[in-house]
Amino acid sequence: MTGNDPKTALLTVKDLGMTFPGPRGTFRRGGGIKAVDGVSFDVRPGETLGLVGESGCGKSTTGRMLVRLLDPTAGRVDFRGKDITRTGQRELRPLRSKLQMIFQDPFASLNPRQTVQQIVSAPLRAQGTSADAIRREVRELIQLVGLAPEHLERYPHQFSGGQAQRIGIARALATRPELVVADEPVSALDVSIQAQIVGLMERLQRELGVAYVFIAHDLAVVKHISHRVAVMYLGRIVEIGDKHEVYGNPAHPYTKALLSAVPLPDPAAERVRERIVLLGDPPSPANPPSGCTFHPRCAKAQDVCRTEPPLLQITTAGGGRQAACHFPEA
Amino acid sequence: MTLLEVRDLAVEFSTPEGTVRAVKGVDFTVGRGRTLGIVGESGSGKSVTSLAVMGLHRGAKVTGSVRYEGTELLGAPEETVRKLRGRRMAMVFQDALTSLHPYFTIGDQIAEAYREHHGGTRRAALKRAVEVLGDVGIPEPARRAGEHPHQFSGGMRQRAMIALALSCEPDLIIADEPTTALDVTVQAQVLELLAKIQQDRGLGIIMITHDLGVIARVADDVLVMYGGSAAEQAPADTLFTAPRHPYTRGLLDSLPRLDAEDGEALRSIPGSPPSLLDPPAGCAFHPRCPVYAANPSPLCTGERPLLRQVAPGHQNACQLDEVTV
Repeated sequence: MTGNDPKTALLTVKDLGMTFPGPRGTFRRGGGIKAVDGVSFDVRPGETLGLVGESGCGKSTTGRMLVRLLDPTAGRVDFRGKDITRTGQRELRPLRSKLQMIFQDPFASLNPRQTVQQIVSAPLRAQGTSADAIRREVRELIQLVGLAPEHLERYPHQFSGGQAQRIGIARALATRPELVVADEPVSALDVSIQAQIVGLMERLQRELGVAYVFIAHDLAVVKHISHRVAVMYLGRIVEIGDKHEVYGNPAHPYTKALLSAVPLPDPAAERVRERIVLLGDPPSPANPPSGCTFHPRCAKAQDVCRTEPPLLQITTAGGGRQAACHFPEA
Repeated sequence: MTLLEVRDLAVEFSTPEGTVRAVKGVDFTVGRGRTLGIVGESGSGKSVTSLAVMGLHRGAKVTGSVRYEGTELLGAPEETVRKLRGRRMAMVFQDALTSLHPYFTIGDQIAEAYREHHGGTRRAALKRAVEVLGDVGIPEPARRAGEHPHQFSGGMRQRAMIALALSCEPDLIIADEPTTALDVTVQAQVLELLAKIQQDRGLGIIMITHDLGVIARVADDVLVMYGGSAAEQAPADTLFTAPRHPYTRGLLDSLPRLDAEDGEALRSIPGSPPSLLDPPAGCAFHPRCPVYAANPSPLCTGERPLLRQVAPGHQNACQLDEVTV
């Protein structure tokens, strides 16, 4: 079920790649830095796909390409059956209303000189909605995200982080999108506030049927909100599948190590837990290892891992889950 | 053996908007070889507490008592505090890139700290720097000592910070969110390193973090702070299995967990953490407290609640808790 199926998928991503220009100097012509390399997945209507990985794995770059904040250097993104990677901005506009984004830092993504009314109505104005309809819509939206109409005349700095993120969500939902890409939407928030925003996003999905691509480094949050999960390492998806399969029985050694590194809020469990501590840091995308890019940190690495990049394919670990490993966990 | 004893520690700042009481009377002790976890959300006063213990607050009014192996540090001459700070108790900060000087090599910075307390030649101090860099698992320490902070990765920089803290062989390390900026696989390495160093040298550690998972992994005892006050204090096992303060319970319930059953909804705490400029009367948590909401008690809005013993080794600041000693 994780393969690309253009008939049922809302969003289909195929071999997506992003190569940033490398460092250049008088005596060197830098090769490109492959931030994202050959990423493919699809998102079905009303579901949440979690995109997890450590810093530099390309998850945010991928998210930005999905909404064309970045133009990919390879591959394509089909939204509702239409390739949006080669569409002009004018043609893109009607599709944009159905494809929105929520950002990590709620304050940096809200204009400090605009009132909440102006911020939330901006996407509606861009779509040419009438002033009357905008006023009505904005009042409705602000209540939908748990704020009150009297907040509409205030400015972003008058809100707490959690409230500001609610404003960002209201703006993203203004045009009734079918897909929202949320890039670390709760990682800047306190734990007690995180739960409010995660709960809000779940309720909105139930009520509006919106699909999410939820990008985060926090594996527990992603497990909570997602239906399916893709794990990224150094620009590639190393494992993708149903949340229960990926978390319950990871096939890729990196997924396994990543999960075992997350501390559980349970001292008794922590004392007896088997922990795989990876050596070293994630490598730089400017100078990726040969073969499987995870091999220098992988306990199972063999000769073939140093030379042959593994393909993302269905494994024997069960379900329809795919992993990119020469020796997946069974 | 008690290393550090903190009694009734309070910290006040004067700001243009009024006086901020960032910490209002906190007590704790740390013993040799023990780890005290201080957990709280932003504005809970956890970092302010650690800076006050280190005597690093300029312009703040710090009251109460901070005793290091019997020596009172609050009100002590700067000379006394400086001899202890760095030498006997050291600090590891969250952001190693801003805590290390970008212009000097890692080795020079460690050597400088070492010479400040031990004197000796620059050459001997650099030798010591290379030694501690090796201790914290930096490969090729002699070569890396000659590099600058920007040449280190995030995890390596945090190791260098720990090496800096260890260079004078302190007995107590205060680590303020030491792994928050790190990736989870690198966090696991750093926590492992701290545990090993603690085991080898019998260090006392104060681990300040917002991450309850980190607390569960490293702490022997836990102090939960909210709005500048202590909410609950207990051995780590007790705190996680039988939390008693409604805030601690709320925090644990609102945490998405890897080991959770499927479909368990997160129970969030309504509202936001209190403003320190204009804190609620009485218990700082009462405006968000489900127990108060269900059964408003004048106890919660009267006096600011203090920690009291509710079970052996277990202290709770909730006035509505029934003592079960």
